[in-house]
Amino acid sequence: MNNIELIFPEIFISLSIMFLLILGVFKKDSSKIIHNISLLVLLITAVITFNETLSISPTTLFKESIIIDYLSSFMKIITLLAAFVVLLISSSYLRTFKIFKIEYPILILSSVLGMMIMISSNDLIVFYMGLELQSLALYVLATFNRDQLKSSEAGLKYFVLSALSSGLLLYGCSLIYGFTGSTNFNVISNQFNTNEYAITFGIVFILVGLAFKISAVPFHMWAPDVYEGSPTSVTLFFTMVPKIAALTVFIRFLYVPFLNLIDQWQMILVFLSIASMLFGAIAAIGQKNLKRLIAYSSISHIGYALAGLATGSNDGIQSSVIYMTIYIIMNLGFFSCLLMMKRNNIYYEQIDDLSGLSKNHPLLSISLLIILFSLAGIPPLAGFFAKFYIFKSVIEQSMYFLAIVGLLSTVVAAFYYLRIIKIMYFDEEKDSYDKDHNLWLKLSLTVSTILILMYFIFPSELIDAISKINII
Amino acid sequence: MNFPILSSLILLPSIGALFLFFTKSKSENKFTAKYVALFTSLVNFFLSIYLWFLFDQTTSAFQFVEDRIWIKGLINYKVGVDGISILFIILTTFITPLCIISVNNSVTKRLNEFLIAILVMETFMIGVFCSLDLVVFYLFFEAGLIPMFLIIGIWGGARRVYSAFKFFLFTLLGSVLMLVAIISIYWITGTTDVVELYELGIDTKYQNLLWLAFFSSFAVKTPMWPVHTWLPDAHVEAPTAGSVLLAAILLKMAGYGFIRFSLGLFPSASEVFTPLIYTLSVIAIIFTSLIALMQEDMKKLIAYSSVAHMGFVTLGIFTIQQQGIEGSIIQMISHGLVSAALFLCVGVVYDRMHSRLIATYGGIVTVIPKYAILFMVFTLAALGLPGTSGFVGEFLILMAAFKDNFLVAVLASLGVIIGAAYMLWLYKRVIFGKLINSELKKMIDLNKSEAFTLTCLAIPTLYFGFYPEPLINTIEVSISDLIDTYNFSLASKQ
Repeated sequence: MNNIELIFPEIFISLSIMFLLILGVFKKDSSKIIHNISLLVLLITAVITFNETLSISPTTLFKESIIIDYLSSFMKIITLLAAFVVLLISSSYLRTFKIFKIEYPILILSSVLGMMIMISSNDLIVFYMGLELQSLALYVLATFNRDQLKSSEAGLKYFVLSALSSGLLLYGCSLIYGFTGSTNFNVISNQFNTNEYAITFGIVFILVGLAFKISAVPFHMWAPDVYEGSPTSVTLFFTMVPKIAALTVFIRFLYVPFLNLIDQWQMILVFLSIASMLFGAIAAIGQKNLKRLIAYSSISHIGYALAGLATGSNDGIQSSVIYMTIYIIMNLGFFSCLLMMKRNNIYYEQIDDLSGLSKNHPLLSISLLIILFSLAGIPPLAGFFAKFYIFKSVIEQSMYFLAIVGLLSTVVAAFYYLRIIKIMYFDEEKDSYDKDHNLWLKLSLTVSTILILMYFIFPSELIDAISKINII
Repeated sequence: MNFPILSSLILLPSIGALFLFFTKSKSENKFTAKYVALFTSLVNFFLSIYLWFLFDQTTSAFQFVEDRIWIKGLINYKVGVDGISILFIILTTFITPLCIISVNNSVTKRLNEFLIAILVMETFMIGVFCSLDLVVFYLFFEAGLIPMFLIIGIWGGARRVYSAFKFFLFTLLGSVLMLVAIISIYWITGTTDVVELYELGIDTKYQNLLWLAFFSSFAVKTPMWPVHTWLPDAHVEAPTAGSVLLAAILLKMAGYGFIRFSLGLFPSASEVFTPLIYTLSVIAIIFTSLIALMQEDMKKLIAYSSVAHMGFVTLGIFTIQQQGIEGSIIQMISHGLVSAALFLCVGVVYDRMHSRLIATYGGIVTVIPKYAILFMVFTLAALGLPGTSGFVGEFLILMAAFKDNFLVAVLASLGVIIGAAYMLWLYKRVIFGKLINSELKKMIDLNKSEAFTLTCLAIPTLYFGFYPEPLINTIEVSISDLIDTYNFSLASKQ
C-alpha cells in the first residue's frame, strides 16, 4: 500500500464530512459556516486531485479494485467543480425557501464522495458501493424542500424507481460474477471467453441499471417528475453531476472488461442513443415548465453522449467526455438564468414567465439566447463543437444512420429552443424580475456565457486536455 | 503584404457590433449608434475595394490566403479569395452600409440591437465567401441563421414568428446533411481543406451521396423549387433591411456553394445530376414566375421573382460552360443589386402608406416622380432589359443553355417573357393608372437618404449593364480553370 496518497482526495472529503457533521451538531446556527467550509473542501479536493493524480500513469489500488488514471482524475475534477458551482449559486435560493440548513452541503459532499468512488471503481462491488452512497444522498436532496408536496413526491419517486434499477444492476453484477468468478474488471476481461451469451445477460442488466441513472430512454420516466419537483438548485445538481459519474462508469464498464463483446452491446447503445435523442427532442416540444423542458433536453443530450460511446473507439470516448464537459457549462448557464427569475421572493419556472424578458433584462436574455442557441447546436457556439466531435467519431466508424438520425433530431430540438427564444424576444413583456442577484450567480452566468461564446477561438485547449484519455 | 486583410474584413463588423453592444441604447444615442455602424461597414467596404484593387486577375490561384491552426490536427482556419468569391465579398460590403442607411423609418424599436444583428450578419456572410475549409464554411453558413432569425422575429411584420421559425428550421434541416457530408469527406480524404481537396479529388463512388447532401443544403438556401416556400414568408415578414440582406446576399451563398463545392469537389456527380438541376431550375423559372404573376403583395411578388432568377443561376452553373457560369455569377451580382433595390422601393412606399398590397397604390407617378423613375430602372433591370446588368447575366446563361440543351433553353426563355410580364404589370399597377386612393396624394417623394441608397444601387446596375468587362475580367480566369479541372477529372475517370 505505498500508493495511498492517490486516494487522498477521497479520504480528505470523507474526513471533512465527518467533521462538518460534528460541527453541525454542536454549534448552533452553523449553516452558513458549514456552507462555506464545504465550498472550501470541494475546491481543495479539486486542487489536490489536480496536483496529485492528474498526471500520473494509470495505477490500481486495493487489489486492483480502484483505478486512478487520467480519465478518473479528469472526471473527478469536473464533478468537484460542478458541485462547487452548484453549492456556490444555490445559497440565495435555499434562503428564500428557508431550507438553508447544514444538511444540504453535507449531503452534496457525500454524494460527491460516492461519485468519486464510482469514477475510480475498477470492481463491481466498489462501483455499487459508490453508486448507493451517491444515490442515498440524492434521494434526500430531492425531498429537501420537505414542506412542499411536489418535492416529497419527487424524492419518493426517485427512491422507488432508483432502488428498482439498483436491483437490476445488482442482478447483472451477480450474473457476471457467477460466470466469470470475479467482480474485478481486469479479471473479468481475462475470463469471459467461457460463456459469452450468459455474460451478455449480465451486461444487459447492468446497462439497464446505468441507463436508468443517466435517464436514457426508455428508462427516463422518473426524470421529468423528479426534475420538476426537486428544488431548482438540486435539479441543477441532478442534471449534471450524477451523469458525469455514471458516464464514466459506462466507459469503464464497457471498454475495460467487455470491449471484445462490442458486437453485443453496441446495438444496445445505439438504440439507447437514438431513442434518447429523438424522444428527448420530441417530448420537450409540448412542455410548459422550464425544469421539465430541461429534463427532456438533458435526455436528448445524454443521447448524444451515448452516441459517442457507441462507436467503440477512443475518439468516441473522448468526444463523449468533451460533450459532457460542454453540456455542463451550458447547463450551469441555463440554471443560473433560472435562478435569477425571482420576484418578491417567488421563483418563476414556467416558459411563459420568460415572456418579453429581453426588454426588462437585456443582458440576462442575451446570455440565455447564447446558451439556448448553443444547446441547440448552432455554430459558432460551443454546443456545435460538442456535437461536431460526436458526429466526427460516429461517422469515422461508418455509423451513418446514427449520425443522420442524431442530426435530424437536432433540428427537432432546435424548435423548442427557438420557442423559448421566441417567447423571450418576440412576445410582450411582463413585470420585471429582481435585479439584485447574488454576485456568484451573476459571475457563473457571465463566465459560462463567455466560455460558450468564445469557445470557438480556442477549441484546441479542451481537446488537448481530453486527448490524454486513453482507455483502449 | 502579410496584413491579414480577409480576417480584418471578417472581424471588423463584429468589432463594431461589440462596440455598439457596450454603448447604452438610450434614445439620444440612436444617431451615434447608426453612425458607428455605418462607419464600420463603410470602412469594410473601402477595405474590400482595396482588396479588389490588389487582386491579381491573371491567376486562378487563391490569393490573400491565411492559414492558421485552429483545432489542432483537425481543422485549419483557412481563408482566401479567387475570382469567384471576391465579387460576392464586395457585394456584401456594398449592400450592408446601404441597409444601415435604410433603417431610418422601418425600424423604430431597439435600433441598437438591430444594427448589431446586421453587423454580425455581415461578418458571417463575408466569412462564408472567404473560407477555404469546409468546416469553417459550414460554421459561417450556419451561424448566419442566428442574426437572421432575430431580424425576422423581432422586427418583422404580423406573421413574423411563423416565418422566422420556418426560415430557421428549413435551412437547418437542409444543412445538417451537409455536415454529415463534410465529416464524411474528412474521413474519406483526411482533410477538409478545399484547396487540397481540389488536388486530391474525391473517389467517384462516394460523390453522388455527398453531392446530394450538399445539394440538400444549397437547394433550400438558393431556394430551388420545391423547397422555396420559406422564402416568400421570410421576405414578406422581414423588415426592409432584412429582406434586402436575405435577397441580396444570403441567397447567393448557395449559388456560390454550388460553384465552389458541388462543381469543384464532385465533378462526376455534378455530371450525373445535371438533368435534375435543369428540371428543377426550369420548373422554378416558369412555375414561380406564374405564381409571381398572381401575387397581390408586392414583397411576395419580388420574393417569387427571386426564386425564378435563382432558377436561372442554377441553370447557368450546371451548363458547366464558361459563359454559363460567368452569366450565373453576373446574374447573382445583378440580382443582388436589383432585388435589394426593389425591396428598398417597396420599403419606401410601405413606410409612407403601411401597405404592401398592390391594390392600395396606382397612379402615384404624378405624386412621387423621382421614385417612379428609380423604380422603373430596377423594374427594367429585373426583367433583363439590355443595358442593365440583368440582361448580361440572363443572356449569357441562355446562350450557354442553348448550346447544351435546346428544350431547356427554350423553356427558360419562356420564363424571361413571363418575368417581363409580371414586372411590367406590377409597375403599371403601382405607378400608372388613375389615382383613386386619395390617401396617396399625401405621399412625399424620396428623401435624401432614400434617393441616395437607390441611386447607389442604380449606378452599378446600369454601369455593369453597359460595360460588364470589370466583372468578367475578374472571374474569367478562375472559371476557365474550374472548367478545365472539371473536364480533366471527368476525362480521367472514364
